[in-house]
Amino acid sequence: MTAPVVLEETTAESAALTVVRARHPGRWITGAAVAVLLAMAGNALVTNPAWDWPVVGEYLFHPSVLHAVLFTVELTALGIALGFLLGTVLALMRLSRVPLLASVAWGYVWLFRSVPLILQLLFWYNLAALYKQISFGVPFGPAFLSVGTMDLIGPVTAAALGLALHQAAYAAEIVRGGFLSVDPGQLEAAAALGIPRARQILRIQLPQAMRSIVPAAGNEIIGLVKGTSVVYIMALPELFYQVQVIYNRTGRVIAMLLVAAIWYLVLTTVLSVGQYYVERRFGRGLARPGPSARMRRLRRALAVRRAAPRRGGEGGPR
Amino acid sequence: MSGEFMVDVRGVHKSYGPLEVLRGVDLRVRPGEVTVIIGPSGSGKSTLLRGINHLEKIDRGYIAIDGEFVGYRRSGNRLHELKEREILRRRTHIGFVFQNFNLFPHLTVRQNVTEAPISAQRRPRDEVEALAAELLEQVGLSGKADAYPRQLSGGQQQRVAIARALALRPKVVLFDEPTSALDPELVGEVLEVMKALARGGTTMIVVTHEIGFAREVADTVAFMDAGRIVEQGPPPRVLDRPEHDRTRAFLGRVL
Repeated sequence: MTAPVVLEETTAESAALTVVRARHPGRWITGAAVAVLLAMAGNALVTNPAWDWPVVGEYLFHPSVLHAVLFTVELTALGIALGFLLGTVLALMRLSRVPLLASVAWGYVWLFRSVPLILQLLFWYNLAALYKQISFGVPFGPAFLSVGTMDLIGPVTAAALGLALHQAAYAAEIVRGGFLSVDPGQLEAAAALGIPRARQILRIQLPQAMRSIVPAAGNEIIGLVKGTSVVYIMALPELFYQVQVIYNRTGRVIAMLLVAAIWYLVLTTVLSVGQYYVERRFGRGLARPGPSARMRRLRRALAVRRAAPRRGGEGGPR
Repeated sequence: MSGEFMVDVRGVHKSYGPLEVLRGVDLRVRPGEVTVIIGPSGSGKSTLLRGINHLEKIDRGYIAIDGEFVGYRRSGNRLHELKEREILRRRTHIGFVFQNFNLFPHLTVRQNVTEAPISAQRRPRDEVEALAAELLEQVGLSGKADAYPRQLSGGQQQRVAIARALALRPKVVLFDEPTSALDPELVGEVLEVMKALARGGTTMIVVTHEIGFAREVADTVAFMDAGRIVEQGPPPRVLDRPEHDRTRAFLGRVL
């Protein structure tokens, strides 16, 4: 009917039309409400003297606390490095064509995932009570070298070993999952090209498996940073044990727990940032963008601010 | 066995459980010849091709490339299966191009092409990289050496896969439905590269549904159905004057 005419008018006028964005008053109201709640929480943290902020400041960089942080980092590093090394071996055993190897790996994962970590640690701690001597020699035959268990496995070794063996069970499943996530066509192509077996695993499968291993491994590392706190039962001076020692002496419980919490936050933050870069490294050649778009936006925002210090700050609604 | 045939397939049988996929296949390809295998899906074409480079183990019969068994060593009347290392070494004589390309997504185009010659054949890197540049130019992708596979179209990826197969300097190149995963407008560029190879004297076995390609390029067309080669011969004879009803029925459906 009149449609053609209308169409013509619209095209003629369209140059002069401006677009008015829809308003979202609801977003502003919820935003404001959350801001008020945040301010209240912040106020409650800062103004309540029971939080003992001066004491937190006093002990945050106290040498004994710093040593404990270092020890926690060491335990984590050992646990993760040894755990993933053994875990990778277990995963390859599990995927191997030798049935006994696969069963042994399965049995290991079953056992070490089933027994609580704290129990495992106490077993290792008390290993000397079970076996006084550890001998190296012919299986079931004569021994060439015998060492007292106490000398070989002290509390620190027991803790690191306990964490690593426990971690290995989880790492094995993560690594195995990573290998299973690689398209079988990749291995077929590598085999068709005659690429040697070890090279197929290291050059073709592993880098692709890493894409799904890294996020899960990041979880595990962050979990272990905090998980190291269970070794306090062995009276080892890691972060959690150390702050307990201090507050048992000074009675400033809340402040010392805050000190520990702040350090755990710092450690996990550093690890999260590290994970972002590792993931980006293994995401090479893949169209899907890296893990955290928020991280990129943050970096871009910081770069803009550095380039134009006066302008980027406000960040109005978008 | 003599050097007369580059590929010599005799009496090959293969079953998956109760399902017989190959039921006595004979196929001979002379050096420099192009053989195109056509046939309905499930007829055993791909299994045969994968048997030739021992990606599938055959149950009976034998397959030889240039007088050498791929997966076995003969002593007297027995065929001993070889160790994986030796099978991998012999596979480098055979190029294989997959339907889904199977390029390594985390490696650049150049690394995809140079990986196997360096790690499997232990040829010097300089020589292999020069060859890779040459091959990429040959398939029309000289500008893409540093791109990653995902940044390329399907047709470009398949051309990289062809260059990767050729980098081994294989005695024969096997193509397993190389254009079936491609958008129709990209099929032509891949077929052009394959035609150029055929003209250059590469020995090829191609499983495909592209009857036009078979007609133009093949020295021999083999029609497979239900695990057997029903008939084979020069393209005009098999494609235009097929002797068997099954061939006629198949061609009637695809042409």
